[in-house]
Amino acid sequence: MKKFVTMLLVLVMVLSLAACGGSDGLTVEKGKLHMSTNAEFPPYEMVTNDGGFEGIDVEVAGLIAEKMGLELVVDDMGFTAALEAVQNGKSDIAMAGITVNEERKANMDFSDSYATGIQVVIIKADSPAVQSLDDLASGVLIGTQEGTTGYIYCSDTVENGGYGEDHVMAYETGAVAIQALLAGKVDCVVIDNQPAQEYVKANPGLEILDTEFAVEDYAIAVKKGNSQLLSEVNKALSELIADGSVQKVVDKYITAD
Amino acid sequence: MGWTAWCEQLLIQAQGGSALGPWAELNKDFYQAFVQEGRWKMYLEGVGNTLKVAVLALMLGVALGLLVAMARTFHDQQREERPGFLLGILNGICKVYTTVIRGTPMMVQLLIMAFVVFKSSRNLVGVAALAFGINSGAYVAEIIRGGLMSVDAGQMEAGRSLGLNYIQTMRHIIIPQAVKNILPALGNELITLLKETSIVTVIGLRDLTKAAQLVTSKTYGGFMALFGVALVYLAMVMVLSWLMGRLERRLRSSER
Repeated sequence: MKKFVTMLLVLVMVLSLAACGGSDGLTVEKGKLHMSTNAEFPPYEMVTNDGGFEGIDVEVAGLIAEKMGLELVVDDMGFTAALEAVQNGKSDIAMAGITVNEERKANMDFSDSYATGIQVVIIKADSPAVQSLDDLASGVLIGTQEGTTGYIYCSDTVENGGYGEDHVMAYETGAVAIQALLAGKVDCVVIDNQPAQEYVKANPGLEILDTEFAVEDYAIAVKKGNSQLLSEVNKALSELIADGSVQKVVDKYITAD
Repeated sequence: MGWTAWCEQLLIQAQGGSALGPWAELNKDFYQAFVQEGRWKMYLEGVGNTLKVAVLALMLGVALGLLVAMARTFHDQQREERPGFLLGILNGICKVYTTVIRGTPMMVQLLIMAFVVFKSSRNLVGVAALAFGINSGAYVAEIIRGGLMSVDAGQMEAGRSLGLNYIQTMRHIIIPQAVKNILPALGNELITLLKETSIVTVIGLRDLTKAAQLVTSKTYGGFMALFGVALVYLAMVMVLSWLMGRLERRLRSSER
């Protein structure tokens, strides 16, 4: 009997915990749009000196939330955690310079694209090992950030146009990858162009190869099957793109050169 | 239709946007996380690296811990007021070592080891094993020291008055009793060490955890990969604690 009561209590507790996650509205918290992100990806998302958040993704999300009549809440976490937060209903959308590919479509739904990203190669200015894109295939060690297109392309098999897992290091953040490059642990780093510009600015010994490694589209990720939210986000997004607001945000952070 | 072909089909369905049943969803997730494109090889390589780091660190940690514990115990058990200049210095070094290592986070130690001390080394397994070995040594030293000190002082006195010297008393009387006190705590430390190696992901070493992270980052698939590696860790720890249990039972057989 005692055991039964204990079981019952456990069950009640688990159920009440589960109930906490539930919500009747469109979003996980009524009146709010939770955006999970990894705020270490300038200029798309970064932490301001006073602990707030700014960047292209953050501002675009703010505009979308405004259009939907919601208040934006930014939840900062690891990149993978940001995606999982959306999948298990902790946040509504994930924006973290996310690129769409076929494999990912099986697990998440993606909005239309709101920005274009370019992957570039950062090298040490005095590096003899990597002088052009062709040198990447010569058995050098390539640093990347895990989950980025750079990692996925580079780590693909040679037959598929990659360089194989053995020639690629995947770090948790771009900053660590740059640190590894500076220390000589890798010969070059493939990473998104905008953060690359910031990293090169901060580290005088580094430079970016002129040839782009790849071009990709960024999109907003929502929970698979949440088509109502997805269509609302897409609707707001298309209006914001049409009236030039998104472009204005991009221009604010990325000065055309 | 084979399971693989079925899963391939499920994947295409999911990519097309159609909803799957829970069972089909589970199969699809499993397939995507472990089977597709031979991903299990990455996990296998990961287990290999995890074990390599753990075993090397374990050997280094026990060796270091033993040395430090012996120096500290020998110093503390000297009868005289001044245990000797050299021994004092050795004891001081050992104290600083345990204080610094136990007082700083493992992750910071690992990052310093990888990005400052061995800046340009590409042998990540070696660097990680060294960092974990040095870390583990400090804990093992305290465990062993605690075990040696826990043996009643009367045992040492009895041994010495029977005409055995310090080393002989240690070897024949103190250590056999201490080992039984040490083993459970040491087993605990080994288990912690094995699991803690998962933070080598921060220096980019492909251990078991990293394999799961990389696969998740490619597919954006939820928990399957994480649950998978959690099970592997659990299995490894269970084997380890079973081995420790056997060892303890064998030692206990001399008690009666």
